[in-house]
Amino acid sequence: MNIAVLLRLMPNPGDELEVDDGGTDIDREYIEMVLNEYDDQALEEAVLIKEATGATVTAVGLAGEGIDQALRTAAARGADRTVLVGGDEIDPYDARTAAAAFAAAIRELAPDLVLTGVQTPSDVFGQLTPFLAADLGWPHADVVIGVTADDGHASVLQEYAGGRLARLSLGLPAVVGVQSSTTPPRYVSMARLRQAMSEGAIENLDVSFERAPAPVITSLARPEVSGHATMLEGDAGKVAQQILDLLREKGALTT
Amino acid sequence: MGDVLAYVEPTGSDKLLAWARPLADAAGGDLIALVIGGAAPGADVLAPADVVLEVSHPALAQYTPEAHAAVLTAAIREHTPDVVLVVNTTAGLDLGPAVATAAGLAFVNYVTELTIAGGQAETVSAVYGGALLATATTPLPAVFELNAGALHPEVAAAGRGEKATLAPPAALDSLRTTFVENVEPPDEGVDLTKADLLVCVGRGIGDADSVSVAQDLATALGAELGASRPVVDSGWLPKSRQIGKSGAHVKPKVYLSLGVSGAPEHLEGMQESQTIIAINKDPTAAIFNVAHYGAVADLFDVAEELTSLAGDGA
Repeated sequence: MNIAVLLRLMPNPGDELEVDDGGTDIDREYIEMVLNEYDDQALEEAVLIKEATGATVTAVGLAGEGIDQALRTAAARGADRTVLVGGDEIDPYDARTAAAAFAAAIRELAPDLVLTGVQTPSDVFGQLTPFLAADLGWPHADVVIGVTADDGHASVLQEYAGGRLARLSLGLPAVVGVQSSTTPPRYVSMARLRQAMSEGAIENLDVSFERAPAPVITSLARPEVSGHATMLEGDAGKVAQQILDLLREKGALTT
Repeated sequence: MGDVLAYVEPTGSDKLLAWARPLADAAGGDLIALVIGGAAPGADVLAPADVVLEVSHPALAQYTPEAHAAVLTAAIREHTPDVVLVVNTTAGLDLGPAVATAAGLAFVNYVTELTIAGGQAETVSAVYGGALLATATTPLPAVFELNAGALHPEVAAAGRGEKATLAPPAALDSLRTTFVENVEPPDEGVDLTKADLLVCVGRGIGDADSVSVAQDLATALGAELGASRPVVDSGWLPKSRQIGKSGAHVKPKVYLSLGVSGAPEHLEGMQESQTIIAINKDPTAAIFNVAHYGAVADLFDVAEELTSLAGDGA
């Protein structure tokens, strides 16, 4: 069985986001783009399926700044192949355009199962999984917390509000949006990462696709702080004392 | 034209129709509630609808994305609404973009505000985990996925409440997706919903080893320890301790957060807490928008001082 895991990028969660001069996008100059955290979970799930079944895992990314590092990480974590999808334009795309690019690549690569993260933090115009599934005409499930696959079917555990779960069976080929992997993403040492970088080259796959007509972002801005929070001032000791007083006042302490 | 079609779930979209009632009035159309399968929400939930559109078929006894996408697409084709609404539940995530593609409509998600004028919609969406708000203009018709935590409807007028039936689409007879079984989440003996005091740790805690700082504080205060999703997905705390959309929905006397940024999915699970106290080193963190008390501080310094004070009985 061949599994494709689709990787996209997100701003490093520790970086503070600023709006650019145009007022409609984040300022990308000083932020580090890292592997989207949900795609990290999807990658782990793909490697877990590989370990259980001997499947082949192909990590696929769209040309853009930072994607090479994400693909090399995927190789170090257990991906057998890494594929960089190029076209006339480069990321960032809205998810619908990303889906069109990935769909063109998936038609070439012809995997049995596609895994990707359930969302990225910038997906204002939709998520990849359902767009891609609709483009390909394949069944899909989003918000999945565990996948097994064999015999022409993927068995997925889909999560609903409050942690309720159901198991669905999807006829392959199918697209699955992963919320979290069965076990947390594994740690990869720098030595292993360096080794993976020297082993296999990233393959280039040129495909043609068109940008989807997307709604227009007219402004991007920080939320106005509603200001109803009373801010506790002072050093850590003073803040701690005020919190303790509040806990007593609100009757939250049992002792 | 001008109709608003809302995908209503048995649970999880209870406030949707009340929220959508003034939108349909502004658009000058009907509010159509699509109810799929046998499990309808209560009459009070459906009351604001002008038309309750029902569809039944053996394949709809349990939710599957493929079957519900086929039905919602069929409803869009038959009723040609200007506005299609889903909530950002699992089904909403599954269906919104899929039906937008199938029906050739634009799609906007993470929506917290939606107004209609002159054949187009203006939306505000919470992106980057709630750190930024994106305002967008979308030509109608279009599909919108609403943040459940942003639905705070006024008491809505009742709609006409007519019943209508949608013919099951042919796709339901050749589905590739089957419901297998409901699965009980593992019972780890943790019930965060019963705690009077919750200490909730977020991504700001940094790594697995540092979680002990929050655990020590929770123990000293007699509190339960909770976590936001990134902490659980990283394997630093078990799933049973997750608070938010896909975890526990909590309303303790006091919710004390350490390094929680306040993504919309997290706020959905804790914003009804009686008192919210937030510690975060980022003064712009979204958690301060719902907190009653806040401190811009290093969570480790405050946690250690507070653990020490609680231990002293100060």
